[in-house]
Amino acid sequence: MSQIKIANLQKSFGDFTAVKNSNLTINDKEFFVLLGPSGCGKTTTLRMIAGLELPTSGEIYLGEEEVGMLRASERDIAFVFQLFALYPHMNVKNNLSFPLKMQGYSRSEIKNRVDEAAKLLRIDHILNSNISSLSGGDRQRVALGRALVRRPKAFLMDEPLGTLDAEFRELMCLELKKLHIDIGATTVYVTHDQLEAMSLADRIAVMDGGEILQADEPAVIYNKPATKFVASFIGSPGMNFINIDQGISNEQSTLNIEGTNFNIPKQYEISKSKKNSFGIRPENLSLTNEGGLKGSVFGVEYLGSRKIITVKTNFGEIKVKTNISTSVKINENVQVKPSNNNIIIFDGETDRSLKSEFMN
Amino acid sequence: MDTSRSYLEPSSFSKKLAATIIIVYTVITLIPISWMVMTSFKNVNSAISYPPEVFFEPSLEGYVNLFTNRSRQSQEYLDSLPPPENWYEELVRSREMVITGPSKFLGRYSNSMIIGFGSTFASVFLGALAAYAFSRFRVPLKDDLLFFILSTRMFPPIAVAVPIFIMYRKLGLGDTHLGMIILYTVVNLSLAVWLLKGFMDEIPKEYEEAAMIDGYSRLQAFFKVVLPQAMTGIAATAIFCMIFSWNEYAFAVLLTQFNAQTAPPFIPTIIGEGGLDWPAIGAGTTLFLLPVMIFTIILRKHLLRGITFGAVRK
Repeated sequence: MSQIKIANLQKSFGDFTAVKNSNLTINDKEFFVLLGPSGCGKTTTLRMIAGLELPTSGEIYLGEEEVGMLRASERDIAFVFQLFALYPHMNVKNNLSFPLKMQGYSRSEIKNRVDEAAKLLRIDHILNSNISSLSGGDRQRVALGRALVRRPKAFLMDEPLGTLDAEFRELMCLELKKLHIDIGATTVYVTHDQLEAMSLADRIAVMDGGEILQADEPAVIYNKPATKFVASFIGSPGMNFINIDQGISNEQSTLNIEGTNFNIPKQYEISKSKKNSFGIRPENLSLTNEGGLKGSVFGVEYLGSRKIITVKTNFGEIKVKTNISTSVKINENVQVKPSNNNIIIFDGETDRSLKSEFMN
Repeated sequence: MDTSRSYLEPSSFSKKLAATIIIVYTVITLIPISWMVMTSFKNVNSAISYPPEVFFEPSLEGYVNLFTNRSRQSQEYLDSLPPPENWYEELVRSREMVITGPSKFLGRYSNSMIIGFGSTFASVFLGALAAYAFSRFRVPLKDDLLFFILSTRMFPPIAVAVPIFIMYRKLGLGDTHLGMIILYTVVNLSLAVWLLKGFMDEIPKEYEEAAMIDGYSRLQAFFKVVLPQAMTGIAATAIFCMIFSWNEYAFAVLLTQFNAQTAPPFIPTIIGEGGLDWPAIGAGTTLFLLPVMIFTIILRKHLLRGITFGAVRK
């Protein structure tokens, strides 16, 4: 197992730059998730680490070795494809032993390793089955097994759960996490599903437009997003943004919106932009009778343990996550107020979150 | 109104109609072929009898005549010979002839085999490599090159017979197996590239990528992972190539005489030897038909298997 490091990595396809000047260090034994919407460059980054695409510029280190220009077959990594890419003309056993045959292991060693992986993934009963007769979950396990038998330096996974149905995905998520803990392999995992990312990752890198916007632990990404995009992409529903047409001065700790003063965390950065926005997550808001933003109830979603209430205000729709006992009617006039000081101001020019007492 | 019937399932009437049409069509197409096979088992007299005989006493005379050269002898001479050693000698002597040696048929037939299978293998192999390259790599002027390849089929191949004849004579390729294999491969290659490219495009590139990650080079991945999955296309292409090179007549007449002559130009020459020997012609054509038929039947299961593979989820 090894650390993976990418430095100033860039990839262009003609005029289109898929990955812009990326830097990342993925620690040994870490479960690292590349998260972003489609077309954000996460898969291209993964494919460059795998050697399936060659970078336009920049370096990739696998352990100590610079592998940026090596072929995939020379890199000692395993890759799990979204469509699994199990060889349909071979049975399960041959799929698992295919990578080992190339490395010239003895027949008994191959058998041992295949049996070991099969046991770990609980596919030992289907070793002689045809790929086409397997269920989605079993295919997933075989694909993992084919990666596992090699004992590679790192596992790369490209949305491996993307094609499974929701119920099964949750189960495989747990299995993947457990497998990762059992074998402690450096894993880079690509997904567009933030829930999957949150539940699996030791650390997440959020990408958009070919750039890595933030790379950190899930809780930090969620609570202290570095940019407005990260804040809106993570969380369900995403963060609320209220446009404030005023600059921010150093040490400022209140904000006047529509004539009402709101406390904000003490700001440590100056912004002169007139398009700044005030960001707050739905669970940090509450409904009140006075001293908040005025609006009317637009919709109520019942989520079992919580309710999400959408309030229409002069600043657009604001979503509030409340406890189940809150009872409001559609079109009822309410006011929305922050219930704590977990507030982030985003700069209107750069979309970056400004430094403050909260965003330190 | 009958609501129990699914609208997607054809009614039993239309199924029966379809079956009837297929059976009638099959019978119509099979009549000349079965007549040919029947003729091959008739004797010279029953083959030309009028009205034609549908029921007859089968004879192997046609096959014996096909494989042997014979000469007519007087009854006295035949009586002076020792008794015949085997059934075919006996059969020939009953027609007042003796066997003077084997005919050229077997040689021509094996020429056909060598040239037919050789050029089919070459077309499919080269075609698969070219199709893979066109399918996977960024080839400059790809569309123009593909059109150029196809354009070699836009005139009848025989239109270039004279230049090829002259070229082959200069190169010493005339009347050689290699020459004929090259010629048929060239004619078939454009078809092979086009057909196989379609099949290669259908194979997700993730398979090769998986194999390359598993430590195989691209060429190894091509042989171990791509080719087995392109079997459907390869089978279809091989059948088309085989049928063309097996049946080709014009170039074979023009370019081959002794050494590399194939069966198609040889079979008509049987007619000239001692009147119209229809059973021998029937026997020659029947045997000529067999290899392509067997080849197609062997490959047929691949044609269907590819469709039901279904291990890729799209």
